[in-house]
Amino acid sequence: MSAVYDWLSMLPFDFTQTAFMQRAFIAVVLSSIMFGMIGTLAVDNNMAFFSDALGHSAATGIAIGIILGVKNELIALIAFGILMALLINRVRSGGAASTDTIISVFSSTALAVGLLLLSKTRSSAQYSAYLIGDILSVSESEIVLLVFALIVVVAIWCICYNKFLLIAINKSLAASRGIKVVLFENVFSCLIAVVVMLSIKWVGILLINSMLILPAAAARNVARGVRSYNLLSIIFATFSGIAGLIFSWYLGTAAGAMIVMISAAIFFSTFTIRAVTHK
Amino acid sequence: MKNECGLRCVRLDNVGVIKGSKQLIQDVSLELRCGKITAIIGANGAGKTTLLRAVLGDIKYTGEIDFTDHNSNTVSGIKIGYVPQKLNFDLSSPITVIDLFCSLKSKSPVFIFKKKQNVQVIKEKLAANGCSGLENRRLGELSGGELQRVMLALALNPIPDLLILDEPVSGVDAKGLGTFYKTVSELRKRYHMAIVLVSHDLPLVAKYADSVVLMGGKPLAIGTPAEVYNTEAFRQTFGSSFGGELL
Repeated sequence: MSAVYDWLSMLPFDFTQTAFMQRAFIAVVLSSIMFGMIGTLAVDNNMAFFSDALGHSAATGIAIGIILGVKNELIALIAFGILMALLINRVRSGGAASTDTIISVFSSTALAVGLLLLSKTRSSAQYSAYLIGDILSVSESEIVLLVFALIVVVAIWCICYNKFLLIAINKSLAASRGIKVVLFENVFSCLIAVVVMLSIKWVGILLINSMLILPAAAARNVARGVRSYNLLSIIFATFSGIAGLIFSWYLGTAAGAMIVMISAAIFFSTFTIRAVTHK
Repeated sequence: MKNECGLRCVRLDNVGVIKGSKQLIQDVSLELRCGKITAIIGANGAGKTTLLRAVLGDIKYTGEIDFTDHNSNTVSGIKIGYVPQKLNFDLSSPITVIDLFCSLKSKSPVFIFKKKQNVQVIKEKLAANGCSGLENRRLGELSGGELQRVMLALALNPIPDLLILDEPVSGVDAKGLGTFYKTVSELRKRYHMAIVLVSHDLPLVAKYADSVVLMGGKPLAIGTPAEVYNTEAFRQTFGSSFGGELL
């Protein structure tokens, strides 16, 4: 890991000279790759709203962590995220016509409870940091966690991707081939929960969903198959992450917002390209 | 004795499906036999697709569903080929026909690479089912008939013991539909597989099906097309204008 830091400090940019920016840079790259990978299937499964609810529920996770005095609040955050993911999944698989409404009830409740608890225990300046994110807050131990998470995500992706894809195309078709649909859906949702919760502190509750959805949405505009779809999604996510971090450093803006702005710019560009070439 | 026609393939005994507080289907007892086409007909919401999903193991059910292999042993599962009613994902997704086939056929994740050998085999399978040249098309770009042929080619790879076709009529023109039934009928003869299909096309069912199950929450009539089309339940479901002249 220290080799990476050394390499970063040798780069001729002043933003890579400080330790906190080096950590931020590594964190952005690691989570962007994960968001890019997971995003394609999240989009194919029409889970944009699901992950949005998950992001909002982080507020409660953070508050519970603070109140319980858990040493590493990430543990409370991830545990709560997984709980919410499984809960929402159950509602979704129930197939009720009002799934969207129920998810919305869950997510607004979790957001409200979280904000209530946070406003009771923290000053408004402190908890608003969770809403818009603080890139400078990335710690050494969180980077280790991110590396570990990336390894797990890549491993699960390599083993389960084909099954995830079939489930996204048609659940009954997947079931007819002996795939345990509910199990894999839960694994996938937990994966989203972990990746979202690991990044929520520096991206912020308000924008976390765009990190997941925008790169994949941009990639599907121009991809010609599953391979280029995933590859482009990862490239778009990583490019937006790095570019957003650099711009925010020089312009003094929130990094999360800048990253999402660049993703959005890529989305609209690819959307235009598709509209023109498919006339 | 391998592949003998008429062997029992699937037996449903008193199968029911409850969703929430709603009883979707109940009291379904029937047999699907090798080399026979069983058609499930009925009004909308009669539980046709629910019945198929129970056989697929995609939905919780009460009662029993047994599978029997070619040597009359009860087995926990058989090879099932399934042609869904429709694909439920966002059709603007860049998933191609070959992506779909490879994700079923191979363990190596399709987002990294596809084996050349597999790709060649799949191209041949597609060509054999009248889908040559479709392999690199997005699923969302296929016409109703093309998608149906692709899904059938997929269901036949590998050759299943039981082929399940859910409403193969949707989005396909009359000529394509006739061809499709002819293909399915030939499959039954060539591979002796049990075939069960949900259909809305009563004349084609009368022409090709060996037995018919009329559903209305539970089986209202079971028998040959001639038997079922002459029942009171059939006339109540489809109106008295249908029936005799279809046979």
